[in-house]
Amino acid sequence: MMLEPGIEEKTFYLNLGPQHPSTHGVLRILLEMDGEFIANSEPVIGYGHRAHEKMAELRTYQQYLPNLGRVDYLHALAYNHGYCLAVERLAGIEVPERAEFIRVITSELNRIASHLLWFGAYLLDLGAFTPFLYCFDDRENVVDILDRVTGSRLTYCYFRFGGVRDDIDDEFIAGCRAFITRLRSRWQDYDDLVTKNVIFINRTRDVGIITPEQALKYGVTGPCLRGSGIPYDIRRSEPYSVYPLFDFEIPIGERGDIMDRYVVRLCEMEQSLRIIEQALDKLPNGPIMAEKVPKRLKPAEGEVYAAVESGRGEFGTYIVSKGDTKPYRIKLRVPSFSNLSIISELIKDTLVADMVAILGSFDLVIPEVDR
Amino acid sequence: MIVALIGVIALVSVNALFLIWMERKVAAHIQLRPGPMEVGYHGALQTVADALKLMGKELITPDEVDRPVYLLAPIIIFLPVLVLFLVIPFSPNLIIRDLNVGILLIFAFSSLTVLSILMAGWSSNNKYSVFGAIRSIAQNIAYEIPLLITAMSIILMVGSFKLTDIVAAQDKVWFVVIQPLAFLLYIICATAETNRAPFDIPEAESELVAGFHTEYSGMRFGLFFLAEYTNMFVVSAVATVLFLGGWRGWILPPVVWFLIKVYAIIFLIMWFRWTFPRLRFDQLITFAWKVLIPLAFVNLLVTALAIKLF
Amino acid sequence: MVAYFREMFVGLWSLVAGMAVTIRYFVRPIVTVQYPRQKLTMTPKYRGHIELIMDPETNTHRCTACGMCVRTCPSSLITVEGVKVKKKKLPVKHVIDYSYCSLCGLCVEVCPTNALKFSNEYRLAGYQRQDMVIDLMARLDAERATVGLPPLPIPTPESEEETTSAEEKA
Ligand code: SF4
Ligand code: SF4
Repeated sequence: MMLEPGIEEKTFYLNLGPQHPSTHGVLRILLEMDGEFIANSEPVIGYGHRAHEKMAELRTYQQYLPNLGRVDYLHALAYNHGYCLAVERLAGIEVPERAEFIRVITSELNRIASHLLWFGAYLLDLGAFTPFLYCFDDRENVVDILDRVTGSRLTYCYFRFGGVRDDIDDEFIAGCRAFITRLRSRWQDYDDLVTKNVIFINRTRDVGIITPEQALKYGVTGPCLRGSGIPYDIRRSEPYSVYPLFDFEIPIGERGDIMDRYVVRLCEMEQSLRIIEQALDKLPNGPIMAEKVPKRLKPAEGEVYAAVESGRGEFGTYIVSKGDTKPYRIKLRVPSFSNLSIISELIKDTLVADMVAILGSFDLVIPEVDR
Repeated sequence: MIVALIGVIALVSVNALFLIWMERKVAAHIQLRPGPMEVGYHGALQTVADALKLMGKELITPDEVDRPVYLLAPIIIFLPVLVLFLVIPFSPNLIIRDLNVGILLIFAFSSLTVLSILMAGWSSNNKYSVFGAIRSIAQNIAYEIPLLITAMSIILMVGSFKLTDIVAAQDKVWFVVIQPLAFLLYIICATAETNRAPFDIPEAESELVAGFHTEYSGMRFGLFFLAEYTNMFVVSAVATVLFLGGWRGWILPPVVWFLIKVYAIIFLIMWFRWTFPRLRFDQLITFAWKVLIPLAFVNLLVTALAIKLF
Repeated sequence: MVAYFREMFVGLWSLVAGMAVTIRYFVRPIVTVQYPRQKLTMTPKYRGHIELIMDPETNTHRCTACGMCVRTCPSSLITVEGVKVKKKKLPVKHVIDYSYCSLCGLCVEVCPTNALKFSNEYRLAGYQRQDMVIDLMARLDAERATVGLPPLPIPTPESEEETTSAEEKA
């Protein structure tokens, strides 16, 4: 859709972004406004494009590792995981079980951190400041735990082909267990402060409804899809790593409105806690790196696609190898991009205030859209 | 009169500086952080430093603004605020002018704020500002009605518009006990009147960037800021007079009691802000017309009936 | 009518519940750290910029100027220059430009002699890019000074031709 300015006298144009408090990054949305209602809209992306996919062609497989943490900085470990998974499939590397467990634990912790950040930032979009700080208090805990093992606090580069870089210690395990108790004790506060709040309910109930058909049509994944009632989660439908060993549920919504997406994310955090708990109980001993992973990886000719469930949806890595030390081509399938594409349809004929609420509910990471 | 005016200006500035500091402290402690700590004892002088910084800043006037209106708006928002202080009874003796229509004067002049917001929003030539201005007007009209009606139910009981009379009438029991619903309605409306969260639609920063004062910088923005906090003081002072027995209290001097009550109400309003998300614009208006105004009328009728019967 | 009032009451109650939460937090002790008056200690695995390990036995580095780290670094920010001394290669220069570092840890892993590690340095701020160029040999000398040792002698090559920069080789 192209917007042509000045045809209808009734409407006018409003540029939301690229510098706007609630676009969470350099996203610009061109709105054709009819009063406070949005008649048409068009997201404009690309302000933060860094050519991550192109960069892969110039680097060896290992050298591309740090890039993944920058594509989606909020759930960096899932991206680490997705890429390592693809390369391991391509090169036929077996990952020892302990490493897989550590991957699952850290990745789930990271998912919780990502969802917590969304929770806080979303409430900020709706004008409530305080939940943001409470979430950050909790998130700080996760980040501290992850810092202890991965060495960084945000853009992790922790997984390696065939395992993970460092082993976890008892202090890490104790920290995880303490965190699980702590976060569980906070649900009540979050419920009282936000979920049951009448203003919040009114802002989110029946706003921004994604029908299951729409979601499938646009390739929406992650909590947005599950909010619409489709129980599609890569961890279940296309199991990878050791996820089949754990008992967890896929929370789904009914109406597909913002409230459902919100509830799905909150429930997912609880499910992540369950996964971590089980993984800590079952944690096997053993090596954390596969033996004989060559320092110069040279996978045979072929192509591979591997998908993981990131905090925002399906993250897929597609690699074409020509038997070189560098990949011939890498394509990243990022959830935020597909999720963003539905926005024009959803915000048609809504108020600006609703638009902000809907946009926030997608949990977009703009660097991921632009990558 | 001159002395009084200087006193009012001093009070307004000191009060605003204190309130901004208090707001930051309240927000900080609710959010588990200490707030300003560096300038002065527990950051007490932080706002003074901020004010000095604001004064030192360049006043940017964008090219396309409607200059006279744009320049006038921050002044207009500040002037009525000064007048309002003339009639507030801080203690039996500490009242500059004890008008017999005191409460009407306050409501009349506080409506001027809307004019200034409209001027600021319109003249800025910025779409976000216009949105802010339009929203603000709709909101203020919607909330002034229940505000006046609830105040009216108190005035019916007292039979006078004079603020000192209203305080005098509460020698036995504060009106908040007799009129709890009116108090609740008043606080809600007062929060909306001062454009405070959860009713801060005109400047909703996640939607409208900064609303009507997007294009203002330096001390012009500072005046809007000052006016917001002074307005808060005024509505809280009126609430104190109407519902909390004004300066009445024990042991401590009356003026201290008055200030304690005012700041308690201000704390309540701040507490709202740091707890709730923002309403949507249409919900806000619906809430006023469908809930607040009917309730206020019912309250007024019941009050009138009760006065007639007893 | 009943529904109208029930809704109103439930709504009001939810607001009061929210306020109860915030006031409970209001009286709780603060959780933030007043940087720079208070500082946290970094975890042992914290990744600051890389530095040369001081071998506890020899009190010097283990780098052989092989250039593996130079070649592995995705951002090519390491510069190593070495000279041959008695059949052994020693670095004369080991400099990183930290502003490009992504802290991936590949250089640390790839080093054949385990000569590199992450430092615990996190208080890095500079006025210009040049401030972020860190001379690892100088850092090592500073570390040696803490145990009372003089700076490392600059190795001199046996003959001119053997001076090679690892970068050229790569
Ligand atoms: S890889 Fe290790 S030994 Fe080789 S140049 Fe780098 S630091 Fe020195
Ligand atoms: S940590 Fe990574 S980016 Fe930094 S110097 Fe080492 S290899 Fe290069």
